[in-house]
Amino acid sequence: MSLLSVRDLNVTFPSEAGDVLAVRGISFDLERGRTMALVGESGSGKSVTSLAIMGLHPDLVTISGSITLDGEELLGKSDAEMSKIRGNRIAMVFQDPLSALTPVYPVGNQIVETILIHNPGTTKRDAWNRAVELLTIVGIPDAAERARAFPFEFSGGMRQRVMIAMAMANQPDIIIADEPTTALDVTIQAQVLEVLQRAQAETGAAMILITHDLGVVAGYADEVTVMYAGRPVEQGTIGDVFYHPAMPYTIGLLGTVPRLDHKSGDPLPMLEGNPPDVVHLPPGCPFVPRCPMAAPQCEQVEPELTAVGEGHTAACVRLSDVVGRAHTEIFRPPPLERTSLAAVPRADRDTVLELAGLHKHFPLLKGALYRRQVGVVKAVDGIDLDVKVGETLGLVGESGSGKSTTLLEILELLKPQRGRIMVLGRDTAALTKAERRAMRKDVQVVFQDPMAAVDPRMPVFDIIAEPLQEFGWKKAEVEARVFELLGLVGLRPEHADRFPQHFSGGQRQRIGIARALALSPSVLVLDEPVSALDVSIQAGVINLLEALQHKLHLSYVIVAHDLAVIRHISDRVAVMYLGSIVEIGDVNTVYDTPVHPYTQALISAIPIPDPDVERARQRIVLEGDLPSPSDPPTGCKFSSRCPKLALLAPAQQVQCQAEAPALEQIGEGDHQAACHFAEVLKVF
Amino acid sequence: MSGYIIRRVLNYVVLLFIACSFAYLLASSFLNPYSVYFGRQPPVDPDVIENIMRGCNLSHEVSLWERYTTWLTKIFTEWDWGCSPLRVSVNEQIGVRMWVSLRLVLIGTLGGVIVGVLVGAWTATRQYRVSDRVYTGLSLLVICTPSFVLGIVLQILAIKANDAMGVRFFEFVGEKGVVGDYPLAELVDRLQHLLLPTIVLVLLTAASLSRIQRNLMLDSLGADYVRTARAKGLPKSQAVMKHALRTALIPTGTYVAFTVATMFTGATYTERVFSFPGMGQYAVQTILAMDVNGIAATTAFAGVCVVCGAILSDIVVAILDPRVRLG
Repeated sequence: MSLLSVRDLNVTFPSEAGDVLAVRGISFDLERGRTMALVGESGSGKSVTSLAIMGLHPDLVTISGSITLDGEELLGKSDAEMSKIRGNRIAMVFQDPLSALTPVYPVGNQIVETILIHNPGTTKRDAWNRAVELLTIVGIPDAAERARAFPFEFSGGMRQRVMIAMAMANQPDIIIADEPTTALDVTIQAQVLEVLQRAQAETGAAMILITHDLGVVAGYADEVTVMYAGRPVEQGTIGDVFYHPAMPYTIGLLGTVPRLDHKSGDPLPMLEGNPPDVVHLPPGCPFVPRCPMAAPQCEQVEPELTAVGEGHTAACVRLSDVVGRAHTEIFRPPPLERTSLAAVPRADRDTVLELAGLHKHFPLLKGALYRRQVGVVKAVDGIDLDVKVGETLGLVGESGSGKSTTLLEILELLKPQRGRIMVLGRDTAALTKAERRAMRKDVQVVFQDPMAAVDPRMPVFDIIAEPLQEFGWKKAEVEARVFELLGLVGLRPEHADRFPQHFSGGQRQRIGIARALALSPSVLVLDEPVSALDVSIQAGVINLLEALQHKLHLSYVIVAHDLAVIRHISDRVAVMYLGSIVEIGDVNTVYDTPVHPYTQALISAIPIPDPDVERARQRIVLEGDLPSPSDPPTGCKFSSRCPKLALLAPAQQVQCQAEAPALEQIGEGDHQAACHFAEVLKVF
Repeated sequence: MSGYIIRRVLNYVVLLFIACSFAYLLASSFLNPYSVYFGRQPPVDPDVIENIMRGCNLSHEVSLWERYTTWLTKIFTEWDWGCSPLRVSVNEQIGVRMWVSLRLVLIGTLGGVIVGVLVGAWTATRQYRVSDRVYTGLSLLVICTPSFVLGIVLQILAIKANDAMGVRFFEFVGEKGVVGDYPLAELVDRLQHLLLPTIVLVLLTAASLSRIQRNLMLDSLGADYVRTARAKGLPKSQAVMKHALRTALIPTGTYVAFTVATMFTGATYTERVFSFPGMGQYAVQTILAMDVNGIAATTAFAGVCVVCGAILSDIVVAILDPRVRLG
């Protein structure tokens, strides 16, 4: 008998528009000590399934089917009965650690509460000691002391550790982790995943890992269930699903993700369209509108999961035609017209943007009534960059490393606190007000959150026309230009009079791109342009950005936390740490032969969506969180977390902690790093 | 932290001084205390009136500046806030009335806060059900009703109830009445008189507070940490009480601390309807009686209440919210 057995689970929410069929018939078995990944895009029913297992849906939700734990049926149990199981036999770790802990109680008390509610005989003292022990296991330094601290006194990664400690508290049989690392930086993600594995080993629990990150799945799952529109469309072992995917959706999902470990230079294969609306589902396979293999018989009846191999099932009518084909045969990448610039070497191209010794320090203020300065946050602390025409520069680093501040400094076009910003050969400090306004045409921006970046009360036409009207274009010209831009970003002319709410995230991002392109800029600044989008939608936007670059000879400065996206789209990359650039150069050189320990750790922290590669990798896990930018370590700013420091001779360690390294040329090509003991390390 | 509080209190003291001075100067310039002796039968001799006015530091023959400085000197040297044109001491009046108001307002608002928070929290957990809609309707009805209407309606009901029972159980005039001859008779008499005005205050406070609390509670009910609490095995009711309500109380704390303090002079209508000799009633009376000193003193009293409310709410929030206490 399986530990957890789910059979034909259906979950339906009532809504104004009709019943939302959030989960439609999922079945799976989970054995002790195994990890099953639930994969799918937002709205595919992953979290709804996990909340149904926990019995945490509100009463209005209709749930049918069967969920048994060790043969005991869970559906239909009262809240009081389920309370005895929750936190005791099934524990859960949620996505957002910042909001998942009650802000007004010390973290130790919150763990004690979990222990006491299921073990009424335990004394408070014993429970407290156990809580401290759990916090030590998950790697909270000075746990006895820190247990008395409140959640706001912890960083995001530390709070997620507390959540994991809480989940481990009663030695559960099952831990459900719902996107446990999505809200965290990659370096912290690596730490938390390690802790989660430790928690599983310690308790011997089975795990349900819900995530959209295929790299995380590749590294940690034993089995995979892929969900689409509330239904499981493919189930199997990790090897089956990653190396022999049978359902076109799975194939598309795996193929559209840019890879961290190599760069093809070609556009990404695209999984076009959007997931269907689960309120009004047409008959037949819900994937038909996006499926390149769709045939008339697909629209008749929704396919059931059928066996592809031993323990491997997929839901597709055309299995026999699909199995065995390479993904590029099914999902063809769009053609790319390459620019004439590609042939011009970098040194011969014009420089469009140049930063020299750029500084941005914020005063750190304290006090509500009488504000006084207590320190300085060195958000950007002297960086040099140049961007040539038709080139993409990627900026990477953890949150707080100064990437976004750098973008904002460029966008302001003002005289910087210290240093110089040159746009198209002109110093921004020397511009008059009118010249600065005119220069705004040349530097435009695309924001992270496409939902928030366009005014929901303006039709698309007005959104795109606004910059043109602002710069005095004539009415007829504006109209022609708006329709031209819509075509350029892959939207249809009839979209012009619709409002942003009628578009999906990917389409909204296209609206944002069209607006940024309206005035024919030379430089486009992109702040996390695809991080708010589902993986299948990402590829389309990335391809669009590439195509536009080749067509319009644009230069991009792009910030993204996803290093695989950066590798795919960038020509050069700059790695930032606490306001300084620690390594910069050609993207392939930096990724394949990183010399700075921070770059090495950063790249090594990103999971690769290939189980064999991922499991064979040696991961460099950084200790602790990013230090406060107001109080950076002396000497090399990275010295407090540097994994290499411990391996150096004492005299060398002193040098690292006393003397800040400058960027120095590495090797022959375009590659610089700021490390006293720079050395190549393979991280794949 | 203590330095911060001291700076804040100093700030308030300066503001308070300015406010009271303005109140005094305005009242002195616009009110005519002589008028309370006009039209008396038999008429009062103008010299006698002038003597009384000089004695009370209200004489119009003395310059405003001189009266102001005399007023200030007396307060700072003797803590004497002067007297009314009828030679009633302001100190005495406030000394008595303050405690009358304290009894009424403290019981009334604290009762209202408890009822309001509980009703608000409870209706939030039953959002859109019949009970929620009924309580929403009732509280809106109370909010819409002016307090004097509420008071008079209660009085009418009390008369009917007394008639029906044949005993004068409900008292609705004054703060105390005929005291019977049995153990604790005085306390019972006081409580009888307190009952109706307290009900008015409880209803008024609870009605508006329950609306605020309901919204706060709805926000925190949907919070991730309440889901976490349930995921660790707390039954719904415990998760709601320990996690949702506890955090939803933080904003209420600020509001309540402020309300209690400012209610001292704010229960005017209720005090008037029930002839309760409290501060609210006094505030109106001083204006009608051309009582310049009384007005200035009431202003000062109200000001002190606001300051106390502000400090109290800071303290309450610091107690309720560790982020404020430690952050």
